[in-house]
Amino acid sequence: MDDLIRLTAADLAARIQAKEVSSVEVTQAHLDRIATVDDRVHAFLHVAADRALNAARAVDEDVAAGRPPASPLAGVPLALKDVVVTEGVRTTVGSKILENWIPPYDATITRKLLEAGIVILGKTNMDEFAMGSSTENSAYGATHNPWDLDRVPGGSGGGSSAALAAFEAPLAIGTDTGGSIRQPGAVTGTVGVKPTYGGVSRYGLVAFSSSLDQAGPCARTVLDAALLHEVIAGHDALDSTSIDAPVPAVVAAAREGATGDLRGVRVGVVTDLAGGDGYQPGVLHSFERAVETLRELGADVVEVACPHFNYGLPAYYLIAPSECSSNLARFDAMRYGLRVGDENGHSAEDVMSLTREAGFGPEVKRRIMIGTYALSSGYYDAYYGQAQKVRTLIKRDFDAAFGACDVLVSPATPTTAFKLGERTDNPMAMYVADLCTIPASLAGIPAMSVPSGLASDDHLPVGLQIMAPAMQDQRMYKVAAAYEVARNAAEGGPQIDRIPELEAS
Amino acid sequence: MPNISRDEVAHLAKLARLAVTEDELTTFAGQLDVILQSVAKVGEVAADDIPPTSHAVPLVNVYRPDAARPGLTQQQALAGAPAAANGKFRVPRILGEA
Repeated sequence: MDDLIRLTAADLAARIQAKEVSSVEVTQAHLDRIATVDDRVHAFLHVAADRALNAARAVDEDVAAGRPPASPLAGVPLALKDVVVTEGVRTTVGSKILENWIPPYDATITRKLLEAGIVILGKTNMDEFAMGSSTENSAYGATHNPWDLDRVPGGSGGGSSAALAAFEAPLAIGTDTGGSIRQPGAVTGTVGVKPTYGGVSRYGLVAFSSSLDQAGPCARTVLDAALLHEVIAGHDALDSTSIDAPVPAVVAAAREGATGDLRGVRVGVVTDLAGGDGYQPGVLHSFERAVETLRELGADVVEVACPHFNYGLPAYYLIAPSECSSNLARFDAMRYGLRVGDENGHSAEDVMSLTREAGFGPEVKRRIMIGTYALSSGYYDAYYGQAQKVRTLIKRDFDAAFGACDVLVSPATPTTAFKLGERTDNPMAMYVADLCTIPASLAGIPAMSVPSGLASDDHLPVGLQIMAPAMQDQRMYKVAAAYEVARNAAEGGPQIDRIPELEAS
Repeated sequence: MPNISRDEVAHLAKLARLAVTEDELTTFAGQLDVILQSVAKVGEVAADDIPPTSHAVPLVNVYRPDAARPGLTQQQALAGAPAAANGKFRVPRILGEA
């Protein structure tokens, strides 16, 4: 049954409905894989084997009774990022401050997954509070990239991306604030999608930067991501920023794109995100070939300038820390989570400061202090206020570009996976990993990373970023699916098949 | 752009309720200085007449009917509490000595 772990989610769901294999067998195969390889990959913080098998059994009972499937992904296992709350299952957000927290409720995403008959295998590792680009900020140790265990799997959602690349799960959920779905997808050779802001409910995500946080689907194929997208998306009254409009028809778009015809599609190459300081030659080479492939598929390719994108990184590293310094004020050691120093007559304020000192890691502390600085009265206009204006200018750059193009493309990240430890002492070097993903985050538009082959210089995965206007998520799925088919044909099979075997230890 | 001093970092840590150590103060002062110098680049953009964007999509107030709906039970709400007594959150004293 070893090959069960290599099948796509769409294929697994079909086989389960056809009674060729049971969901329990599929789930057990993935649990076995986790048991075999996760001591080296460390994608999971917590595996909920009994719950998973019970959920799988329920799907098998539906199939046996001839009941229609709860969704097109019924019975398929999934890895859930540990920022999404799960009733009765530990949720840590990669932080010591929530080390033993058992949430008393489900996130809307969790509820939708369960209602869809999707089998949640466990919770995946992440940078603490989703702040980071490598998982090295997790309080529970870093995740390793299955392409090269000495390298990072991206972040913050490196546990989810590594779980896919290691064949520990065919589906995963990520959250993307500045690139935490797309950058891990790029460096692990998997598909990662940030939907339009407001397209997927934020209810039950542990908040980092509320005007930017967005959950989305991760998978090994574009179609699988689209199928998962339609399960988790949609209006939710429990999230006041949720968009009250129909979910874009991303599955139909992925199927249409897979026919390989992009005639009439206008693709804009963002020149400001395709070269310059910090871009690895192998990444740029991969990107140029990907653009050539889009042209061969019939797309009209033009170059577009987005001059304010250069200010995206500094604006993001003011806005996100500012919102985080406010959001993380809730960790006050009073109602849930860690409490330290509740003795020797310490006051509530002492206990709060001692707890936050003990419970937060260095990157979280840095960002809270940057945010506190940027929001303080003497500096507000020069920092936070100015960053908000830059955000307006970036949105205007996108508006102008989408006037001439249907989608925009760029590399998803300036380099391939870097070595564990390489950037941990230099926060700015780590931040640059988000250079290409941040503009779409600030504008709230949908964007995804799709594998674009291995870099010519270091033979590690590269991601092609595709961006679309708000609520036009289907456009990027169509382009991604067409590109995926063409790349697979050119390379003689899916890129993920070229990943080195993880030997049993 | 002013350099951020160790004393300023100590003040920020106090405002942010972080009981940082002396060693951390030294490390953070250096790192925050580099980060803040870098993000100050936003000041290069001439944007006096540009409105700020606080949110990616235009927002209007969202209302719901003022009707009761089930929430957490008292037991659920207290289940994750670091300390509870008599069915309530138990907190340290809230007034200082001075």
